[in-house]
Amino acid sequence: MVHRVAIPEEMLTSSTWDDAILSGAGIQVRDVPFVTVGGGIGSFVTVDYLRIAGVPADDIRILSNIDYPWQTYEYLTRVSQIPRPERIRSDSSSRPDNIWGFPSYAVTEAWREKTIKPLLHVLVEPIFSDYWTPRAGTVFDSLARERDRIGYDEMLVKGVVSRVRRRAGGGYFTMLRTPEGTQAAYRSRFVHLAVGYPGLRFLPDLQEFRDTHGDFEHVVNAYEPHEHVYEFLKTRPGTVLVRGGGIVASRVLQRLMDDREAFDLQTRIVHIFRTYVRGAHGPHVWMRRKGGDGWAYQGFNYPKSVWGGQLKAQMRKVDGYARKRLYKQMGGTNTAKRRRWQEQMRKGRREGWYEPMQAVVEKVSLDPNGMLVTSIGNGADIASHFIIDCTGLEADVAEHRILADLLEHGGAWRNPLGRLEVERHFEVKDTASGDGALYASGATTLGGYFPGVDTFLGLQVAAQEIADDLARRGWCRRIGPARSTVQWLNWMLGRKV
Amino acid sequence: MVPTLLGRVQTRIVLLATVGSLVTWLVGGSFEVLAIVALLGVGWELIYQLLMQFRWEKDWPTLFGLLTAIPEGALVFALLRPEPGPFLLHFGLVWLAVWLVANGPMRVPFPRWRFRGGRLL
Repeated sequence: MVHRVAIPEEMLTSSTWDDAILSGAGIQVRDVPFVTVGGGIGSFVTVDYLRIAGVPADDIRILSNIDYPWQTYEYLTRVSQIPRPERIRSDSSSRPDNIWGFPSYAVTEAWREKTIKPLLHVLVEPIFSDYWTPRAGTVFDSLARERDRIGYDEMLVKGVVSRVRRRAGGGYFTMLRTPEGTQAAYRSRFVHLAVGYPGLRFLPDLQEFRDTHGDFEHVVNAYEPHEHVYEFLKTRPGTVLVRGGGIVASRVLQRLMDDREAFDLQTRIVHIFRTYVRGAHGPHVWMRRKGGDGWAYQGFNYPKSVWGGQLKAQMRKVDGYARKRLYKQMGGTNTAKRRRWQEQMRKGRREGWYEPMQAVVEKVSLDPNGMLVTSIGNGADIASHFIIDCTGLEADVAEHRILADLLEHGGAWRNPLGRLEVERHFEVKDTASGDGALYASGATTLGGYFPGVDTFLGLQVAAQEIADDLARRGWCRRIGPARSTVQWLNWMLGRKV
Repeated sequence: MVPTLLGRVQTRIVLLATVGSLVTWLVGGSFEVLAIVALLGVGWELIYQLLMQFRWEKDWPTLFGLLTAIPEGALVFALLRPEPGPFLLHFGLVWLAVWLVANGPMRVPFPRWRFRGGRLL
């Protein structure tokens, strides 16, 4: 057989493919019942759930361009200032390596380090202490253990997926470009998409600056490697302008302030909030979030009850405009109110080297001395050596080619927030094919019946819904109390699935 | 687990009926006390649910689950006037056991429980 390196035009234009069109085109077809595309934490958590439910490894393939599930996550956390020893923003029982969330990370840390401290911390959080959160390194190490336990690598197929199309007669074809450059089609009854964020988007004024000056060194995004900024500041006093009011801005400020203290630096920090929060805010006393000094404060990226409590139950019932309104009420950029950060910022404000302010930036330009000049209207300019964009804007889902193709050919449509509309069980609406189903989880589905999708716990909620739906279809077993208990014991003992 | 009202009530009844009964039997406690804790608990849960509305996150911190033993225990004591020592031991152990199970082991047989606000049905 001749292995094709390109997909023929007649296939590209046809929304449904039959088996003959693929064999006619000389494309190698590989059969497997369940395919997950992405290979990040979303795929991992879903596959973990299915393996624990008893699905054999042979029935699952993970199509991915990364080598291990936390590769992208580790990269993004590292560049946005959470190296392995630092703690992430996820609670103790959000364990992507353990579907039960028990024992929690705090219990594991207490056991491993022979200290009761994490347990006492969890006991009094968030009233008398900040939320206890695990170290990034602990999360990665535990993911590695679970990867080996479920035989993840046996299911992993490296390559780049370009599109998923319906198959005439039911199921789907997922096109994968192999590392050798040939095309392979995965013929499956089920497809799961966990492709993550379509990409980063820059603030328009910063994008314009970059385009005009071709300068990628002084204007950086916090999710890009920007260690050179911190290194520069160690060599001479400098001014950094930070933009954004989320957790990444907090992290970047912490790094700047930690370095300032550790190396006795003269760094000056100007911090621009587009929306400057002055205190508690919200429509009424039952819907009021804490805030102050520019920030909106919240332990995690959503109010805690979206992962299982009242807000989860509430959102599950609403559609269209009502859903959009509820998202707006609970949404908005926010960060955690951590005692250490508060202390650092207070010191900075007192000593005058940290200046938070509300402003809408009009333009960023260069002055003759090579300094960046941020114009904020009324003739006011701020000069700085660097600008760090911490706004974390995300690109549109249609910028991801698999999702764009699905919107064009697969029957998928957008939810009130512009992402893919999914059912309560995470099947992408109107994409069914015969007895097959196409699911999606993670950032792709933000705006659906379940809000906390792009989080560890959210991915587990989705995995559970998907596994239960597959069980309803008779494809796998539903995890009941007995199986759950036995599997948990296996997890504890490190026995392979 | 972040509870919903229905989840609170179901979890309380199920845990008192299982873990609570086991502890009551082990310490030779009064099943009448256990039944009263369960019954009054439905009312208490309504109050907790109301108080929870003032929290932005609509969550119920772990510590609250432990500290609510004080008003609940005091009310049961005031109503039944039992012998203080044995009552304190029985009530305290039941509460601690239920609280411990609700904060972890419960998820082992019931992996959906925590995502459903504590509902079992």
